[in-house]
Amino acid sequence: MRNIFLFIRRFFTVIVFLALQALALWFLFNYNRFHRAKGLGVANEITGWFNSRYNTAEDFFRMKEENKRLLKMNDSLINQLPSNFMKQDTSVRITTDSIPYDTLGNVRRFAWRPAQVIYNTVNFEKNYVQVNRGFNQGVKDNMGVFSSDGGLVGQVVNVTANYSQVMSLLHVQNKVNVMVKKTSSSGTLSWDGKDPRYLSLGSIPKSDSLVAGDTILTGNYSLSFPPGHLVGTVAEIIPDPTTNFYVLRIKTSANFQNLQQVMVVENLQYEDQDKLLKETKKIIEDAKKVKR
Amino acid sequence: MSDFVRNLIRFMLLIMVQVYVLNTIPHLHQFITPYIYFLFILWLPFNISRIGLLITGFITGMTLDFFAMTPGLHAAACVLVAYARPFIINILTPKETSEFNYREPSPKSLGWTPYFVYIFVLTLLHHGYLTLLEWLSFGTFLSFLIKIIATTAISMLLILTIELLFPRRMKFRTNTA
Repeated sequence: MRNIFLFIRRFFTVIVFLALQALALWFLFNYNRFHRAKGLGVANEITGWFNSRYNTAEDFFRMKEENKRLLKMNDSLINQLPSNFMKQDTSVRITTDSIPYDTLGNVRRFAWRPAQVIYNTVNFEKNYVQVNRGFNQGVKDNMGVFSSDGGLVGQVVNVTANYSQVMSLLHVQNKVNVMVKKTSSSGTLSWDGKDPRYLSLGSIPKSDSLVAGDTILTGNYSLSFPPGHLVGTVAEIIPDPTTNFYVLRIKTSANFQNLQQVMVVENLQYEDQDKLLKETKKIIEDAKKVKR
Repeated sequence: MSDFVRNLIRFMLLIMVQVYVLNTIPHLHQFITPYIYFLFILWLPFNISRIGLLITGFITGMTLDFFAMTPGLHAAACVLVAYARPFIINILTPKETSEFNYREPSPKSLGWTPYFVYIFVLTLLHHGYLTLLEWLSFGTFLSFLIKIIATTAISMLLILTIELLFPRRMKFRTNTA
């Protein structure tokens, strides 16, 4: 017993070093997964406070008011877009508690709200954008975020009372469903962690005959983003004779280096769709397990 | 100004510069993000205890991590730097002078060449470990190597520039005082 104490006393520094190292690595490998930027709640509020203070100083040099006016204008216009609405079946009318937008039975599916970027990086492999809206202002996880000129920015991954963290497209774990405007074939957008101006897109078949300059839009199958919004344009088609799919470099339409005003878009039917997805999975996969 | 207040101000300044300037500047190249915040650890006084040094390192790293949304990444690298610091200082200081004449490591107290080596070894250690941890989750080996070399070089350049631009005034401590 005495020897153990002696051992601990002698190697106390090494033990503290190893303990702190283990703690840091535990944080790193447990908290920094795709959607699990949780546990940073309190810290997020504090860094958010600092970031918003810094931002007010920074805005002094920028056209703050002008931008806000412009964003409000855009916001009012973008909320009227037909892609925000969904046609309910009119011949078999099911009573729902959602409020129809007009007498034709259109129901609002997406709602937009403006927000301001208070911290943003592009230099890392995992970049996040922090905006000054949190659950007090109605922001929830998995909402989409677009820049003020309409380009896709990313997806909300962590929300505190007054701030939220957005995983930007410039994040190596980001996967977004997009489509080519010309042919509507869909693919998955990702980032290789190198140049913040370009993203990469695979799984578009070569039968589509694309050229540089073709427009890429958000896809039809996303729960977070309304379909048909600008993501970017094809900058370069990288020749790859080994596959039947294009390897495309996409120039983002949102300029990530000077994001200021953004819009957070909410899918009002997100919970419905998500629940349906999960329950379907449960039913099908549980049935399989029982059979075996 | 007491050591504590002096280091507290230094800590806040370095973290602010790292978060709001170096992390957000339009990057020079895809591989390069300059780091200077760990200079705080390198500039801590000689007489700090080793445990205190480790804990200070951890707190410094975690503070930056909370801003950068990478819990544990910089903390791990900082703890390593804090652990290695006393060894490097022991190797670099002449053996016969058991008492340090100055409060903290600087070109004046160590001499330019030993100070350069001191900064270089710890910078390399910090960047190497940081990049290794990033590389474990993502990237190729070549980009890993280039990234270590490039970030170390640019950080060294920045640190030496800071050293030349803002020489720290330090009193010579005699034994009689």
